Amino acid sequence: MLKGNKNLVTYGMLSGIVMLAPLFFAGGYLLNVLVFVGINTLLAVALNLLLGFAGQISLGHAAFFGLGAYISGVSTATYGVNPWAAMLLAAVAVGLVAFAIGFPILKLKGHYLAMATLGFGIIVYIVFNETVDLTGGPSGLSGIPSFTVADFSFDSDMKNYYLIWGITLVAIVLSANLVNSRIGRALRSIHSSEVAARVMGVNVRLLKVQIFTLSAVLSSIAGSLYAHTMTFISPTSFGFNFSVELLTMVVIGGLGSILGPLLGAGLLTLLPEFLRTFQDYDIIVYGLLLVLMTMYLPGGLASGFTAMCARIRSRFSREVVKNAQG
Amino acid sequence: MAHQILQYMLSGLSTGAIYSLIGIGFAIIYNSTGIINFAQGEFVMLGGMLTYVFLALFDFPLPAAMGLAVVLTTAVGVVFERLAIRPLRNATPLSLVIITIGGSILIRGIAMLQFGKDTHAIPAFSSNEPLTLAGATVLPQHLWILGITLCIIAVNRFFFFHTINGKAMRACSHNRRAASLVGIGVKRMVLISFAISSAMGSVAGIITAPLTMTSYDVGIMLGLKGFCAAIIGGMSSGIGTVFGGLLLGVLESLGAGLISSGYKDAIAFIILLLILFIRPQGLFRKAETERV
Repeated sequence: MLKGNKNLVTYGMLSGIVMLAPLFFAGGYLLNVLVFVGINTLLAVALNLLLGFAGQISLGHAAFFGLGAYISGVSTATYGVNPWAAMLLAAVAVGLVAFAIGFPILKLKGHYLAMATLGFGIIVYIVFNETVDLTGGPSGLSGIPSFTVADFSFDSDMKNYYLIWGITLVAIVLSANLVNSRIGRALRSIHSSEVAARVMGVNVRLLKVQIFTLSAVLSSIAGSLYAHTMTFISPTSFGFNFSVELLTMVVIGGLGSILGPLLGAGLLTLLPEFLRTFQDYDIIVYGLLLVLMTMYLPGGLASGFTAMCARIRSRFSREVVKNAQG
Repeated sequence: MAHQILQYMLSGLSTGAIYSLIGIGFAIIYNSTGIINFAQGEFVMLGGMLTYVFLALFDFPLPAAMGLAVVLTTAVGVVFERLAIRPLRNATPLSLVIITIGGSILIRGIAMLQFGKDTHAIPAFSSNEPLTLAGATVLPQHLWILGITLCIIAVNRFFFFHTINGKAMRACSHNRRAASLVGIGVKRMVLISFAISSAMGSVAGIITAPLTMTSYDVGIMLGLKGFCAAIIGGMSSGIGTVFGGLLLGVLESLGAGLISSGYKDAIAFIILLLILFIRPQGLFRKAETERV
């Protein structure tokens, strides 16, 4: 009960910060960056469900993100479908694809799973590039309409900010609920030992595919949001590098933590903006962060943050004791 | 038509030989450590790029430049093992995957900053005059590739079956604990396996560079295809992977020639997925049951 209340306070504070943040950067360039932080957070939440909780790696999540963006983009820009309907269409289509490939792919483990998802990602990326008639190929697809509700159009950063962060916050709360439910416990049991999970009566095979599908659907929604916010998409945003960037976000934020994806996505999206002078060095910073964090802080920023709080608290209480004795 | 198919098969064999070399590099590290080294492709890139750098910037003769490139790449492989792999003895496969990916990004990034983003060519080892073989043309470099690959595979086989270190490494691949119980230095074997596979990777990168050019980012694709070869071969560091590489090279070349060149890379990955789905133990190996 106490835990529930504490979570409620955390989410309340988080929502408050998110909702008030634009007031400080109204209309500025930073607001545009914060829109991307929102999209990346949604993607990191999606990947974290799969990687952090169920322990199944995916190096192809950029493909689901890209499929969402392209299905949304093509159906609205070329065929004039309503953006909301397109987002739904994309989510359903990507869900079906993920469900279908989930069964053979998730039979694999460890390195093999990493390579299979990577292969899937590259195949999808090549298809984006080669189906020029449909996607516009390497030069991209433009003229994607913004979201609209009656006469109200989400055509500015400020409006999109609230739309995207609204959906992202809902996704964070839903994933937290899922993880603390019976399903979440079953997922973590798969992470620890698949055989033990099966012995306890968990339908491992189906559950892995279900969480993979959920993760893909969330990524697809992020893709649709991206397409309708940017109004232009090209394949380079959905390549292998972006899959790795997503992985970095989740690892750096903290595998299997609820707020980790937010921290990881925030850091990795904001960092390049502040490191503008470094330009090309950002890829090296990613590489170093990945290696060093996995070696020295396997729990990610989220656990580092908790550990730091605990250390400060214990030092503080020790000092209190010392003062009392002195 | 027959000529064309022969032509595709010949060029497929030479790219396939490159994939075999890279794949064997994957397999050697996997067998001694259980790690899939995602940075394997970067060793291939370093081989080609360093040769170019020694040739173009320092005016070294070609053989010296190639030798130095192999030595330097091997050093990078050894340092990588020392700094990133050895400190993590009890890491999960997941964190090892992430670490080697991080390492490959790091190596690629440093290469990009040092050598720039341009694509470079290094000269062919002998003349560029094409030879005619039963109606198909072959470049001398293709023959160099096949010849050097054969030599390396022969040396490799000799090393693993007739030298004490090679035998010790095979023992480690069967059972690391048992190997260490009979007095084999498992850590040293891991280091040697990184040295061998980075050296082999760099050779692959050097011999293919005159044909396919080289740049800081060639390692990703070549590494992945080498991995496909190793998967087809069931992660053997011998003839299985060689066959896997050649098969992949030929299929890819036929697919690019007869179906569509734009989907050339996709063909390799569709083969990879099919093999992983249908026979994850490779084409030539019996399935093993997992120990719990």
